[in-house]
Amino acid sequence: MNMKNYVRFEFPSVPENVSFARSCVGAFATQLDCTLEEIEEIKLVVSEAVSNSIIHGYKNQPHGKVLVMATILDDRIMEIMIEDKGIGIADVKQAMEPSFSSDPGRMGLGFTFMKSFMDELEVVSQPGEGTNIKLKRCFLVKDKEALA
Amino acid sequence: MELELKQIRNTLLVRVKGEMDMLVAEKLRKEIDRKLETKQITNLVINLEKVTFIDSSGLGVIIGRYKKISSVSGKMYIVGASTSVRKILMFSGINKLISLYNNEQDIINI
Repeated sequence: MNMKNYVRFEFPSVPENVSFARSCVGAFATQLDCTLEEIEEIKLVVSEAVSNSIIHGYKNQPHGKVLVMATILDDRIMEIMIEDKGIGIADVKQAMEPSFSSDPGRMGLGFTFMKSFMDELEVVSQPGEGTNIKLKRCFLVKDKEALA
Repeated sequence: MELELKQIRNTLLVRVKGEMDMLVAEKLRKEIDRKLETKQITNLVINLEKVTFIDSSGLGVIIGRYKKISSVSGKMYIVGASTSVRKILMFSGINKLISLYNNEQDIINI
């Protein structure tokens, strides 16, 4: 599948950048044939993945680096990659279970949102080496086009 | 994020403006808890009318305050959530624990 466009950026693991990252990918997603509601969902999953990198991957320390890459594959498909070099996840399967959180003060909804609002979610992680998350979303064919 | 806290008898009204993510979660948690711990509060009303975005960090603050107020047999209400914020609240299941209302007036009428 051909890549039509992409955006790639890296930033330090500070909370101020969560808003920047989701706004940036959300703005990039407007190039796709998608609704405002769908863009809100994209912003949410980016916020969850980047927050996970900062909170869990880097334990809220600002020295880490988070890499975000969003790719438009055609008019309806977007891929988002979020990567950190933090502590990694020992048990990915357990981390992806609804309501699981390594921090009792959190709801453990991050991966649930990612799974629910995206069509594909792939998590590659090794303890001590970081975490790489790939998200893919195919936007629905609009009614008017389906009928044409 | 802007925050307005107002105490009316035993009710704490919290009006939040802006985005509820990890950047503001800690501040929000501390400000509300300070009131809950020092004042006689049995009703907590969170007004989300001017909240434009919420993620699991923001939801975590809400559920944490719900646990706190419930532990003293208090009640919590959420008012004014926009369509997109309401969608996330419902998706998380928070609406099964905390009732959602359209505006502050609706709570006064209960």
